[in-house]
Amino acid sequence: MTKGVHTARPILEVSDLHVRFPASRNWLGRPTSHVHAVNGVNLVVHAGRSLGIVGESGCGKSTLAQAIIGLAPHAQGRVAIDGQDFQAAQGRERRALRQKMQIVFQDPQSSLDRRLPVWRLISEPLHIRGGYSKAQLHAKAEQLAVSVGLRPEQLDRLPHEFSGGQRQRIAIARAISTDPDLLVLDEPTSALDVSVQAQIINLLLRLQRDRGLSYLMISHDVALVRHFCDDVAVMYLGQIVEAGPAGEVLRNPRHPYTQTLLAAAPSLESPLPAIAEARTGELPNNRRLPASCFYKERCGQAAEGCETPQVLRRAGARQIRCHLALG
Amino acid sequence: MSAVMPTDPVAATAATRRPKPLSERLRYLWYLSRRSPLTLLGVAIILMVLVMIVAAPWIAPYNPDKVSLTSRLLPPSAAHWFGTDEVGRDLFSRVIYGARASCGAAFMIVLISTAAGVLIGCFSGVVGGRVDTAIMRLMDVVLALPALVLAMALAAALGPSLFNSMLAVAIVRIPAYVRLARGQTLSLREQVFVKAARTYGASPFYILRWHILPNAMSPIIVQATLDLGGVVLIAAALSFIGLGAQPPTAEWGALVSSGRSYMLDQWWYATFPGLAILITAMGCNLVGDGIRDMLDPRLRGR
Amino acid sequence: MMTGLSLERGHALAIHNLSLEFPTFSGAIKALDNVSIDVGKAEIVGIVGESGCGKSVTTMAATGLLPKGRYDITSGSVSLFGRNTLAMDDGELQDVRGKVVSTIFQEPMNALNPTIRIGKQLTDVIMRHEETSLPDARRIARDILADMLIGEPERVMNLYPFELSGGMRQRVLIAMAFSCKPGLIIADEPTTALDVTVQAVILRLIQNRARRTGTSVVFISHNVAVVSQLCDRLYVMYAGRIVEHGATRTVLEAPQHPYTQALLRCLPERVAPKQELEAIPGAVPSLLHPPAGCYFQPRCKEAVDLCRSRSPRLAGAEGQQVACWRRGVASETSGQEGRQ
Repeated sequence: MTKGVHTARPILEVSDLHVRFPASRNWLGRPTSHVHAVNGVNLVVHAGRSLGIVGESGCGKSTLAQAIIGLAPHAQGRVAIDGQDFQAAQGRERRALRQKMQIVFQDPQSSLDRRLPVWRLISEPLHIRGGYSKAQLHAKAEQLAVSVGLRPEQLDRLPHEFSGGQRQRIAIARAISTDPDLLVLDEPTSALDVSVQAQIINLLLRLQRDRGLSYLMISHDVALVRHFCDDVAVMYLGQIVEAGPAGEVLRNPRHPYTQTLLAAAPSLESPLPAIAEARTGELPNNRRLPASCFYKERCGQAAEGCETPQVLRRAGARQIRCHLALG
Repeated sequence: MSAVMPTDPVAATAATRRPKPLSERLRYLWYLSRRSPLTLLGVAIILMVLVMIVAAPWIAPYNPDKVSLTSRLLPPSAAHWFGTDEVGRDLFSRVIYGARASCGAAFMIVLISTAAGVLIGCFSGVVGGRVDTAIMRLMDVVLALPALVLAMALAAALGPSLFNSMLAVAIVRIPAYVRLARGQTLSLREQVFVKAARTYGASPFYILRWHILPNAMSPIIVQATLDLGGVVLIAAALSFIGLGAQPPTAEWGALVSSGRSYMLDQWWYATFPGLAILITAMGCNLVGDGIRDMLDPRLRGR
Repeated sequence: MMTGLSLERGHALAIHNLSLEFPTFSGAIKALDNVSIDVGKAEIVGIVGESGCGKSVTTMAATGLLPKGRYDITSGSVSLFGRNTLAMDDGELQDVRGKVVSTIFQEPMNALNPTIRIGKQLTDVIMRHEETSLPDARRIARDILADMLIGEPERVMNLYPFELSGGMRQRVLIAMAFSCKPGLIIADEPTTALDVTVQAVILRLIQNRARRTGTSVVFISHNVAVVSQLCDRLYVMYAGRIVEHGATRTVLEAPQHPYTQALLRCLPERVAPKQELEAIPGAVPSLLHPPAGCYFQPRCKEAVDLCRSRSPRLAGAEGQQVACWRRGVASETSGQEGRQ
């Protein structure tokens, strides 16, 4: 992911991350087969920059986010925050690392407990950390609420009294309450209307400028990632197939999958694409990973040499997992 | 770019609803219950029973235990609304005082089994794994015990008393609540807001205290209200067969039991306490149904 | 409205000045206010708007799919191929919904019976609408599935709904919708839950099949880009009112209403990376207590006093109509004033 020109320090480094879930078990409860959700992902997010992860449902992008944040156990690989291994850290050290990385979920309706008032929701990470009085938490929540565009007098209300966009503001205020370095944004605007999406995106951009935040944004919306992120990684079947500067990759895709994905994305500027059926078929079964290039079955350009697994190779500023595109 | 400033006054006005005053809430409750007159009837019954429990000494025209051998087995009249029993005690007064024993017992049973069930169920759901499996198998065993048999065993061991039979019924009812609470816990544990709390480093106890218990309560309260009716019946049944309240305590089941011998000639003796049981159980069920409907998300906000 | 009726002969669906309210504890929610939508024969018409703008309510009211007794129609008429659906009883509506109009919903799992094989569900629908034998019905079903680019129709017909992916299920539903040979298909966000590559295929399938069979389509979506790719004409809805309508190209290339303009401007597609998007401040108004005048006025940069006091009515040439005082063509709505 690195362009080589950044001098900024890496906030998040993920190396060779694998996540798999037991898909079936024998009568002793031992897993007999696995769903391979994430298969060897490497990525770096630099201080003050944004990395977008793009892909379709089932490509493992959400699992990747959960594994990074510590919600899904990973089988193999390393997640380091600010140079420190998150998985290996224990006790106090791990809690300290947690504060540096927060997540904003897709649907603020379900990510906020509907029985708690807004000030309590916003200050929950601090409440869990402990050592604050109720008055301090309230004051801190007020300060955070104002910074995301809510009014102080709304703090004692319950989440259902707010619109979707305002709820997402509450969730963002909660995420920045511990003053993190990195926010993982898991489809932060997919549950919102476009006009509200613009408000939230503007808020996130402003917070990034003001606080020097780094973002890892998971999204299926190519146009949004192109707008919001510095770098992008396109995922397919748990692997990164193409990565690099967002503008370059998403305007001039070179991997066949990225090309299909971009052609299919609805756009005001282009007519309905005539996509060949073969390329839009089902994702291959991720219980048994293909021995060939993962995309071979759906690829319109498959040729000789595609039977072997492809590796991610550097080509200028970007990385591509396709021997044909690399020439 | 003032139009896009998030602090723009318009941007913040969507949540303009003020905190509702109590009168508004009551009006809303009235609006909801008006949609189901049966719930209102249930509420009225429960209120009546509550008044009987609290104000028995003021309502009852006679001392319920006062024996008057001159007025034995009198039919209902202006002086004795429900008639009198075989030693001349006023049945109306006894039915009113009986509410204390009958409903008090039912309430305690539900309270004990709910509290125990919720604690065990949430614990089991949060801890999971082998502890969870062990607890659930134990609950299966308890579920297989007939309440009456357990009550008899307890009565045999500790002597027949209202408390012992209450304990027996409460124990047998625990598994239902354990299952309900555990199911709630398991589904809540997968909710995004619980996951969020986990990423902030919340302990299982914190999640239980702040997220799971408050959110799991409403279906449990509904279940408890619905159960109340059934438990009134069971408590009465235990007293009826002599395992519960012992005479001379005024208790509806015991009253029906002693009235049974006079069924053919003195119909009022068993009938009025029986009606009290029937009406109370029905009231609890109506209210339980009503609460369940009100909490039903499909009816929300209408 | 006699003149209107004779005019509507040429329409698949003609909704005229439809106003609809949902009574609630706190008062009536004015979900639709004087909504008029015309869908010509063999025409693909889009309805665009944000959540809660009434786009689904409009078509559900027109096809009698709203829960009985939970709403009041306060004015207006609906004519579906010349028949008044508002005056029909349940039986007639049922009949109309199968034969004249089919609806495709967003979540395909809910619309299929999970315990019955795909093939049987399809043939049941076909045999309910046509006098055919079972083998014939199966053949028709197979053809329609193949038409939906489903690889092995025979195999798919022997599967249960849960054995299919979301995209496949949606294709089966579209096949089912077309199998009754309706004159009108209402597609209510049919691709919102699907991936973009699947969405592209499904849009193509709907478009091809509709064009070939001369079926009219009402396509409801929150996604302007999708509507722009599929529809001939579009209606833009805001807070239960139509604010602009016209030919898709015209409206999207030269939007007139400030809301339509803002809606297009806040898309990230047209803005330089990392620049602030032109968000529409605030949120959609409460339909319980809608603002006076134009409903968009509290969020509109161009609003003047007139906008805050009186509601504009759709006006303009046939090709593009706008409800906005600032566009100089609006006249006042009749009948709206009394209800504010």
